[in-house]
Amino acid sequence: MNEIIRYDHVDVSYNGKCVLHDISFGVQPGEILGIAGESGSGKSTLLRAAMGLLGKDGLVTRGDIWYQGKSLPDLVPQELRRLCGADIGMIFQSAGSSFCAIRTVRAQLWEMMQAHGMTDAQLFEEQVQELFARFGFREPRRILESYPFELSGGMQQRVGVAAAMLLRPKVLLADEPTSALDVTVQKQVIEEMLLARELFGTAIMLVTHNIGVIRVMADKMLVLRAGEAVEYGSASELMLRPQAKYTQRLLAAVPQLRR
Amino acid sequence: MVPVLQVEHLRKVFPVDDRRTLLAVDDVSFSVAAGEKVAIIGESGSGKTTIARMVARLTDVTAGRIFLQGTDITQLTGRKLREHYRHMQLVFQSPADSFDPRCTLGDGIAEGLRNFGWQKQAAWQEMERLLMLCGLEVEIAQRYPHEVSGGQCQRAAIARALALRPKLLLLDEATSALDVTVQADILALLARLQRELSLAYLFICHDIALVQDFCDRVLVMHEGRIVEEGTPDEVIGAPQQTYTQRLIDSVL
Repeated sequence: MNEIIRYDHVDVSYNGKCVLHDISFGVQPGEILGIAGESGSGKSTLLRAAMGLLGKDGLVTRGDIWYQGKSLPDLVPQELRRLCGADIGMIFQSAGSSFCAIRTVRAQLWEMMQAHGMTDAQLFEEQVQELFARFGFREPRRILESYPFELSGGMQQRVGVAAAMLLRPKVLLADEPTSALDVTVQKQVIEEMLLARELFGTAIMLVTHNIGVIRVMADKMLVLRAGEAVEYGSASELMLRPQAKYTQRLLAAVPQLRR
Repeated sequence: MVPVLQVEHLRKVFPVDDRRTLLAVDDVSFSVAAGEKVAIIGESGSGKTTIARMVARLTDVTAGRIFLQGTDITQLTGRKLREHYRHMQLVFQSPADSFDPRCTLGDGIAEGLRNFGWQKQAAWQEMERLLMLCGLEVEIAQRYPHEVSGGQCQRAAIARALALRPKLLLLDEATSALDVTVQADILALLARLQRELSLAYLFICHDIALVQDFCDRVLVMHEGRIVEEGTPDEVIGAPQQTYTQRLIDSVL
């Protein structure tokens, strides 16, 4: 029982309407959990519940989300804010729109590090350069001096992953991180996330509608449908021998390339 | 036999600023025979949608010619363009955006028929036939675009495209915004319609796995040019270009 994060019979409601029902699972350190499901299945809500990002209409109405002995939905906002970023990192579909458009990448990363207690600009510069080098960015200086819109969509997303990893989070919550990208670029971002796990032992909760991404990345897999957990288990086992009817239909609908 | 669609040496240059220009489509030629399903695949910025927009006459060509059923439509405008244009209809990625949000789906589909002189009642009956042909209940005619699911709306968009009995459907990422199970249903519908009505498709898509079973011929675009062309088995099984190989290797 050394799980880093644990969902325990979680219900989430929006305006009294239940959108997630009785969801339970745990994630080990360094483990990648793929969460699959179609539009409206509640997969993004599942991540948002952990971050306190449900908005004013959304509420965890039952169950708990445990992170290292703390129940995330019960934390006061200040405490949750301290955890978010530093312990629990996030990346979304479009990193470009989570950056501020009118400031350089360096200014934003520096602000983020300051918010989490860093004061030494020299040390910051060294850490950023080192991390960018480990992720194989060819022109770290140019990237830091760029405004987000000056980078390609794929590069924005790679910088988004690197930015999240600057704080060395123990868990990375990734919501459709490759869905807006071309396949060749998608592959680069996947490799970067796998490298992040390898370098820092980060656990990843990966929400995506793309079964292919789960196939290459995930250790465990959770299938959601209309707010209910349909199936949960080892990703490779589940892909090979899906038990639930819905999982079978979902997997059969994915176009497969015959080579 | 005259191909349904033939494009010759198509070029499109966009101005970037006062001095620079962008060559989006560079000397592209291809044809689509009657009843043939042709796919154009390529990544963002490869020029595939620009080709679609030129073929659909939504944007003017810089150079080159477009023949629809043997008629040069490159410079046609107004009534003449509309006469020829009915042979080719479009289906876009986002069905809800291609319907007028203030009209019911039934009105949206029947409007094209009314424009070509159908009487109101006859147009409404034909519209209901089209809905059923596309696997929808006739009651859906009373609904507004935002009241139906994405898959239902895309079926309605296909019904509307079929209203003028076209020879060619131009499908620009028509299944890309849909969930995979819905995508599979729409592809099955398109395959059935193709058999029953012997339609030709120009299928623009970024998913190479999707076109493998669906299309007769594949054109691979890269940086504004067609770099490879052949049957899906030729292109995917034995790619000649390094770019095509890279594209195939990236598929998960």
